[in-house]
Amino acid sequence: METLFGIDYPTLWFLVVGGLFSGYAILDGFDFGAGAWHLFFKKEKSRRLALNAIGPVWDGNEVWLVIGGGALFAGFPVMYATLFSGMYVPFMLFLLVIIMRAVSIEFRSKEPMLWWRKMWDISYSVSSIMLPFLLGIVLGNVLLGMPLGEGFEYEGEGFLSFLNPYAIMVGVSTLALMMSHGAIYLLLKTEGRMYAKLTLLLKKGMIFFMVSFGITSLYTLIYIPHLSDTFRGNPELFVVPLAALLCIANVPRLANKKKYGKAFLFSSLTISLLLILVAIELYPNLLFSTLDPKYTITVYNAASSDKSLGIMLTFAAIGTPLVLGYTAFVYITFRGKVKIDETSY
Amino acid sequence: MDVEILSRIQFAFTIAFHYIYPPLSIGLGLIMVIMESLYLRTGNKDYEILAKFWTKIFALTFGIGVATGIVMEFEFGTNWATYSRYVGDVFGSALAAEGIFAFALESGFLGVLLFGWNRVKPWVHWVATLGVFLGSMFSAVWIVIANSWQQTPAGFHIVGEGMQARAEIIDFWEMVFNPSSMDRLVHTWQGAFLAGAFLVLSVHAYYLRKGRYIAISKKAFKIALVVATVFSLAQLISGHSSANGVAVNQQAKLAAFEGHFEENAAAPMYLFGWVDKSSQTVTGLSIPGGLSYLLHYEFGAPVTGLNAFPEEDRPSQVNAVFQFYHIMISIGMFLIVLTLVACFQWYRGELFESKGLLWVFSFAVILPQIANQVGWFAAEMGRQPWVVYGLLRTSDALSKTVTANQVLFSLILFFIVYTILLLLFLYLLNKKIKHGPYDEEEELDRPFQHDVAASFSPDK
Repeated sequence: METLFGIDYPTLWFLVVGGLFSGYAILDGFDFGAGAWHLFFKKEKSRRLALNAIGPVWDGNEVWLVIGGGALFAGFPVMYATLFSGMYVPFMLFLLVIIMRAVSIEFRSKEPMLWWRKMWDISYSVSSIMLPFLLGIVLGNVLLGMPLGEGFEYEGEGFLSFLNPYAIMVGVSTLALMMSHGAIYLLLKTEGRMYAKLTLLLKKGMIFFMVSFGITSLYTLIYIPHLSDTFRGNPELFVVPLAALLCIANVPRLANKKKYGKAFLFSSLTISLLLILVAIELYPNLLFSTLDPKYTITVYNAASSDKSLGIMLTFAAIGTPLVLGYTAFVYITFRGKVKIDETSY
Repeated sequence: MDVEILSRIQFAFTIAFHYIYPPLSIGLGLIMVIMESLYLRTGNKDYEILAKFWTKIFALTFGIGVATGIVMEFEFGTNWATYSRYVGDVFGSALAAEGIFAFALESGFLGVLLFGWNRVKPWVHWVATLGVFLGSMFSAVWIVIANSWQQTPAGFHIVGEGMQARAEIIDFWEMVFNPSSMDRLVHTWQGAFLAGAFLVLSVHAYYLRKGRYIAISKKAFKIALVVATVFSLAQLISGHSSANGVAVNQQAKLAAFEGHFEENAAAPMYLFGWVDKSSQTVTGLSIPGGLSYLLHYEFGAPVTGLNAFPEEDRPSQVNAVFQFYHIMISIGMFLIVLTLVACFQWYRGELFESKGLLWVFSFAVILPQIANQVGWFAAEMGRQPWVVYGLLRTSDALSKTVTANQVLFSLILFFIVYTILLLLFLYLLNKKIKHGPYDEEEELDRPFQHDVAASFSPDK
């Protein structure tokens, strides 16, 4: 098996996919979060400001999903096939909702009628709430493990087999996390009364997150022992959940001091650390089989060949600086508070 | 209906709908780059106004293109799990390249293209426009390579047996330059340029007929006419080259294109016709030995027919493949004639004299769209019963765990959402066109003054 810096290719690609998902969660996370609060803003002007705060970047953020999904497909085709066909209904709902959301953003401000704007405001906000929730549902199922049998095929039954209390809890926590994250982003982008209102919303968002996250964590520790195995074997890894908790605690502290730039940074770090936590809990497994451990999907039995992974690692090495470059260019061009002009939504 | 049929309908429906938009984005991207370049070179404000106007329409097509594009990537996993496992190792690197080199480039610069007019210098904006255009060109590169690999697999070997078999890459460049990829890529690009150019021609022909925005419409019409003429002609050459490739690599598909059944006989070329599969006859108008001549430059040369293949290894919908292929060719020929006539009128200095010609251009916008759609239908249905030619059958490529009910559920939802989406798209496109290119004020905050801006147009 080929290695780079002493790490084998499947593990490296696992890190790449993790990095992409984490980038996606941070970036699309704040625009989902901003959208989830949309109906809390009552004035037309505020709603337009909120929409234009994410205007130039939401589309680029969504591309991280396309890249992340592509990376999973390319590196772990077995995982991709099993997860997506097993979670058919939530993924289909996700697709329809993500289309509705894009359409709502594009079309909302194209007509002046009140009913028109109200309709798109509702569909924008509802879809922005559903997307992180559905992603959380899928994550919850991955953490819980799925009934996998011969040939790593999903053997769950029924239309709604993806709905279980744990997945719903993870879904709610994901939504709450994104909402806090999105509120901080909007605070960076707005001023005046809207800014004042957002400081209150952020407080609510953080309480919502702390409560749902607390319950989910307890549930995980008590009912899903296979997830904490790695930590029992390697106590030094406890530094990761500890760091995550410190980051979470740091966000309200910074928010109280009105240091929203730093708060956004720590909120992003929180998201990354929670995903690193997930990665540690899973690795080397990708999807635990609840039927028979021999059908558990791991980074090794799901991976593409070393040849293929080597090509893709080269792409990632060339492409990552480019992607970071464009992203920085856009965020620098549109830095500062939102201003509405004739090109705005 | 069974899962296979439903999944195929769903994939065909979602990809056909998606494919309305990316060609427009690629084609409009090219024309926007030309307009902005002319603005930078000449400093003539008209080109800036045109570039801004077309950027707004581009935003509409691009947004829907991205949103509907994620669907296909997900469907590989949700509906075609066995296919995903089979091709992942090979297909994966093309898809990864597409994401990291193409999508990131276009979406990265998109924000600046759409919202950056007042924020960056004109040349920086031009760079952003070029970045988005090149990004959309690269997206076509990787997805067409991946699709071409399914048509003419190369650079791989098979590992494992039976249902556990999968393709593994051994030579990346051989996969990239598989026998059909370059022909098909050029053909796809040019089809996209035509889709964009004919939209520009249509809108400005409409303005010219109505006597609105005459000065800038003449400029835009000429730019788009040059693009349309060059690529209509080039499409003939690339189409010929592509068909020659199909004749070598996918004989059953080529035979289906022309409804040619006899195992080893000279083949005619039909201008139009109707294939009856049971009696193995084609009724229509043909040039005897035409296909033989195009492939081998000899009217009597034998061409392998469908009967040379076992029933289960050839496309079942021969007539559909035949019709799609012939509609594409007829449209291609018509576009050549139309653009050449227009160029001749231009040469005589009478391009904008004939309302009839402008009228034809107003409606010709639909033709490249139809040609793009039926071309892909011919290519994909002609590949059947294989999803990876000669290696993996479509019926084996399904997700085993997904049920017909689930697919029916998602298919109905897609149908509803896409119908709404299409209606909204047409409504807003029409509105933007009616509204015209002059719109410096914030129209949205002054809802009842839509036409005021238009009446300031210098052409009135």
